[in-house]
Amino acid sequence: MEAATAEPVGVVAPRATPTDVVGLGRRRALGFVAPAFALIGVFLIFPALWTLYIGATNFRLTGTAARSPDFVGLDNYRHALEDPSFYRSLWLTVIFVLGSAVIGQNGLGFALAWVLRGVRRWVRRSVETLVLLAWILPSSVVAFLWIAMLDRDGGTVNAVLGNTPGVAWLIEYPMAGIVVFNIWRGTAFSMMLYSAALSSVPPSQLETARLAGASDAQTLRDVVFPHIRRYALTNTLLITLWTFNDFTPFLITAGGPNHRSEILPVYLFNTAIIGGEMGYSGAISLIVLLINLVLALVYLRAGRRRPA
Amino acid sequence: MHRRISRWARAVAAATGLLVIAATASGCLGKDSKTDSGRNAEVKEFSLTIAANAIAGGKNAAGAEWVEKWVIPEFIKDQQAKGRTAKVTFQPSGAADEDYKSKIALDLRSGSGADIYAIDGIWVGEFADAGYIKPIEDLVGADKVTGWEGWSQIPPSVQGNMSYNNKRYGVPAGTDGRVLYFNKSLFSQAGLPADWQPKSWDEILATANTLKTKLPGVIPIQLNAGTAMGEATTMQGALPLLVGTGKEIWSNGKWEGNTPALRSMLKAYEAIYRGGLGDPVLQQDAKGRDKSFQAFAEGKIGILLESDYLWRSVVEPTKGIAKMANRDQVVGYTLIPALGAGKGIRGQDFVSMSGGGGNVLNPGTKYPQQAWELLQFMNSKAATVAQLAGSARITQRQDVNTEVLAKDPMLSFVSTKVLPLTAYRPGFAVYPRVSQALQQATLDVVSGKSADDAAATYQKALEGIVGADKVASG
Repeated sequence: MEAATAEPVGVVAPRATPTDVVGLGRRRALGFVAPAFALIGVFLIFPALWTLYIGATNFRLTGTAARSPDFVGLDNYRHALEDPSFYRSLWLTVIFVLGSAVIGQNGLGFALAWVLRGVRRWVRRSVETLVLLAWILPSSVVAFLWIAMLDRDGGTVNAVLGNTPGVAWLIEYPMAGIVVFNIWRGTAFSMMLYSAALSSVPPSQLETARLAGASDAQTLRDVVFPHIRRYALTNTLLITLWTFNDFTPFLITAGGPNHRSEILPVYLFNTAIIGGEMGYSGAISLIVLLINLVLALVYLRAGRRRPA
Repeated sequence: MHRRISRWARAVAAATGLLVIAATASGCLGKDSKTDSGRNAEVKEFSLTIAANAIAGGKNAAGAEWVEKWVIPEFIKDQQAKGRTAKVTFQPSGAADEDYKSKIALDLRSGSGADIYAIDGIWVGEFADAGYIKPIEDLVGADKVTGWEGWSQIPPSVQGNMSYNNKRYGVPAGTDGRVLYFNKSLFSQAGLPADWQPKSWDEILATANTLKTKLPGVIPIQLNAGTAMGEATTMQGALPLLVGTGKEIWSNGKWEGNTPALRSMLKAYEAIYRGGLGDPVLQQDAKGRDKSFQAFAEGKIGILLESDYLWRSVVEPTKGIAKMANRDQVVGYTLIPALGAGKGIRGQDFVSMSGGGGNVLNPGTKYPQQAWELLQFMNSKAATVAQLAGSARITQRQDVNTEVLAKDPMLSFVSTKVLPLTAYRPGFAVYPRVSQALQQATLDVVSGKSADDAAATYQKALEGIVGADKVASG
């Protein structure tokens, strides 16, 4: 039974394989992978090292430090680790990722996938289309719509609720605003992934559970979850990383008011481009890169563990 | 085990190698290019681009229209007469000033972009230090610069807006002044005089309180605050108040830190935004400045501190971005009082702040001589008159000002009453960062901190920017 289940985060068991199965020879094999290595080098490794270098200077967008930046060693990193605004952004990012991705998109995506299994085909198709639409529309268009919807003076929400004077939603509740926005925006991916995952649960097992008199909660816990555990992990890993690096909230609140929704990507932009502190932002970028790597490692570890 | 060590060794070697490559390539992080003033000087065909934060139908629409409908066709005609074929394009923008600044800084850094840029005077220092712009004489030759007749028409104080370390980096485009605007019809409804002239801050607050009790639903006074408005907060809020306490943001080698003057300034914000006289939410809105214009034009704001820009480009009856058909009857203006009589800088009773932008040449231009010719053309008397298009503005040229300002009572008021008592911002490269710290301090007060706490935070930020030894406090 277990073997029939498709596993997205598969781990190849170590076994003794000959080093040259295809018979290309080491040199030709290297020739084949060289373009890939070159691309990774140019677009991944070089920018990372470049960031490392910029982060070690006092480079600025304007002024003398733009013409001839000085090497300052680890000063930027020390500054970042002492800077309350960095920790504030980190904390807001944690809230944003947990609220909108790990709980929001995961939960809503699974709930939609679960509920839509049993409904008529046309209902399922229309709901799926609507959810997908939220996902595929261009960010700038979507951001404009949300601002128009939540605006204090002419916003749709205030008009519907009949609030006068209106509530400035994005100023009173900026974090809640971008969390809800991101759930709305990104649920489609989780929904589709869970739809596919649920189809891998053998109907016979669900039927058996039903005949044995298991409640819905019991069925989910004991029959469905063991099958989709790895999908859930993959999904959570992907949406966590995406959300962690998501810049779209900038289009809605620009990190404001008074930095209250300044998640790390927005903080980086505001520091580097608006504040002009390129060197300092380079240092923060590298810290963000490390956090991303750690997150990915944690999830990969969790995925490797065999179910008890 | 041995195998593993060698693998690590190889990885470390590879990483070191890449680091060396990165460090070698990094010589180009700084930027310093040479310019050849004679480049392409003799060509018969050339193309130039003018960029400004102006766009037809949006921000500074009149400026965009002038470039597209007057400067470009007239310059092409002028060049044709000289046997040259010019192709000139306009690159419009309609963004917040801070975003526009970042954009052109990146353009200039990469050595590309338009040939002529409109920039704010306070950016000159930091752009010059970065090597993004150069003195015009270095680009086109000293004799070509001093040979222009226009300089004799531009007062030295206005030329200062586009100069740095006594070198001209660009041609200024006029200057401006700040006043208190008020809505006369709201004032008459509240039983207040149409020729209002407050003599102290207390008098302004008292008037605002009268508006508050008599006219519920109207915002009595709006004073620019917060970071979303950028430099508008500093120029139409923090600095006019600061000079009203008798201090300038920089004087005698020191920046104004957490001092009594700065705290009085922040306490005025406290009185307005925590006393229910102004709308604090508006100041935190990303589109706050546009919204304040709209609200003023709709008669929802009693008193607003703004520059003459409001009069000629915002509530202007035909071309403004928040038109007021009855502007001349409804909008009143008056001098900004100091904290009290004689409490302003130089012992003045009334104060103001002035600034102004201008146009610079991109050192990376392919056609420096032709670009300079276009820049002179844009600042000729004919062009300056055409730019006004029948309206008035304090232009850079005295010969034009004497003709046009008399036509507009508001602008002659600024020219004759405001400019004599105005102050300018310090032309240092570091000023824009100090300005951001000031904006943050006002935002702190607006969003709930006490003036004393905000002043203490500001002091710390300021020390980080200019160094503790250059900050006055106490």
